[in-house]
Amino acid sequence: MSDLEIVVCMKVVPKSEEIRVDKESLLLERTGVRSEINPPDMNALEMALLLKDDQPARISILSMGPPFFEPILRVGLAMGAERFFLMSDREFAGADTLATTYTLAQGIEKIGDIDLIFCGEESADGATGQVPPGLAEWLDTPQVTLATELTVDRKKRIARVRREIKGGHEIQEVDLPAVISVKTASNEPRFIDYHRKPWAFEEAKVVIWGHDDVDVEDGYIGLRGSPTVVSGLREAEVRERRKEFLRGSPEEVAKEIAKRLQGILT
Amino acid sequence: MVASLYAPSEANKALWVFLEIEGDGFASVSVELLSKGRDLADRAGWTLCGLLLGSDISDRANQAFQYGADEVWLLDHPLLAQFDVCGYSHATMQAIKEGKPSVFLLGATANGRDLAGRLAVRLRTGLNADCTDLILDEDRAVLISEVTGFGGGVIALLESAEHCPQMSTVRPGVFIANDPDPSRQGDLVEMKVNLKKAEIRSRIVARHVGEGVDLTQAPVLICGGRGIDGDFESLRELAALVDGEVGATRPPVDEGHIDRERQVGQTGIVCRPKVALNFGISGAFHFIVGIQDAETIIAINTDPEAPIFNHADYCIVENAHKILPALIKTLKTERE
Repeated sequence: MSDLEIVVCMKVVPKSEEIRVDKESLLLERTGVRSEINPPDMNALEMALLLKDDQPARISILSMGPPFFEPILRVGLAMGAERFFLMSDREFAGADTLATTYTLAQGIEKIGDIDLIFCGEESADGATGQVPPGLAEWLDTPQVTLATELTVDRKKRIARVRREIKGGHEIQEVDLPAVISVKTASNEPRFIDYHRKPWAFEEAKVVIWGHDDVDVEDGYIGLRGSPTVVSGLREAEVRERRKEFLRGSPEEVAKEIAKRLQGILT
Repeated sequence: MVASLYAPSEANKALWVFLEIEGDGFASVSVELLSKGRDLADRAGWTLCGLLLGSDISDRANQAFQYGADEVWLLDHPLLAQFDVCGYSHATMQAIKEGKPSVFLLGATANGRDLAGRLAVRLRTGLNADCTDLILDEDRAVLISEVTGFGGGVIALLESAEHCPQMSTVRPGVFIANDPDPSRQGDLVEMKVNLKKAEIRSRIVARHVGEGVDLTQAPVLICGGRGIDGDFESLRELAALVDGEVGATRPPVDEGHIDRERQVGQTGIVCRPKVALNFGISGAFHFIVGIQDAETIIAINTDPEAPIFNHADYCIVENAHKILPALIKTLKTERE
């Protein structure tokens, strides 16, 4: 039996607590905002690493984005991934989920012979959660989203996955290869391995693929391959509230609240 | 430019809603979408269709008619008894190719998102995820979807006018469900499903569903944030007294004090209660998104400058740990 070949899709997002919106343009203020690995992607990488703790496997990180992603995502190599592929080209920019999943799928095809593809549940900036199913469709594999635990039977070539559903969970078995999206905060991503650090941040060679390095059709990538158009932006309306301050001892205030609750609920 | 499987010029002026089966009926968001869809279809003079997939479920078509569907497209097959995204995608595709709707809406539930994400790629069309409002521009036959972005402070309007169907998943709880009209009837379109066992590529081997909680339907919401230091026991006691449900901001969820299914806000659940009581919550915008449609908002926080007070009808500057026991005691006394 050969080793498991795993791809973990990861991206870099602006730190959520630092996000500011320019009042005039309503666009993200990029200057001075620090970036981080999309937190859900850390759970995806951890699930892959847990699998590798248990059986022979090779983990490749795959990302699409500008060159500044590279130093940030090297953290994944220090945590335990073997390879890192970055699809970086201006032609890829402006992609919606259709173009993003197409481009990533072409990258996965180029890496070749993959058993499992892990993604975070969603990105902290886009928050659509549509990349994992889209990827699975391009790759013609099954998918399980919102996974919290996973084991693999390499002999039978199936994955057994625990999936969060409304009010509970289910256990699914899927044929490999498969795309798995990992439920946010379902595991505790490990710290970097200090023995790997010099290799991960200095020696390791990151494979950078531009538009000419992968088999992509021009009409399918970047802005041109994206059916979705932003037709308007506005500031969210804030409903005017009474803003009435209730004062007094906790007991007095409690009585005031109870009185109002009674008024509202009867 | 990538072209969708069928062009907008070939599409029928129909709005399709994926009907997600839950218990004896539909997921609440499916009913919400039928209600909103009815309204959009009436204004534009379009047809509203429910897409019903499952095994032995034809009796549910009537429910969909009562909630506003003009037509129900029924795909009844033993292999559709359980939701398998590959099987459901295959069957849905068959119906879409036949019906060629202009718009296709799904609830942004776990299964709704799974299905939508796959189908949008198969159809080579655009997909707007987790929308909070829908507008139908009838002159252009274009669906405009509203999404909140960047932590909730900005609303973006999205459209994919050149591709069909125009697809959106809609966040549960943003539209109000109409009451069913028992006298309402519609047309049942039964489709013969061509589905082979080999197309089903996942198997559900076990399922555990406990007391499912649906915060979107709770009339009273009791929320706790960092300032209650994990004391959700008191919040539950209070909730029991007022027939409410307990929700939380993200930090207590991350710290494991309460289940993630009770997280309220941008990345959690958007609620529409009669009243939301907020204990020890500062009021970051991504939380406010989850309660801003409450009829009344009450907030308790030690910091008089806390942003939550800008979004509250009644503001109490006090430690939540002091108000909680007093309020519980008052309500208990009233009950006696």
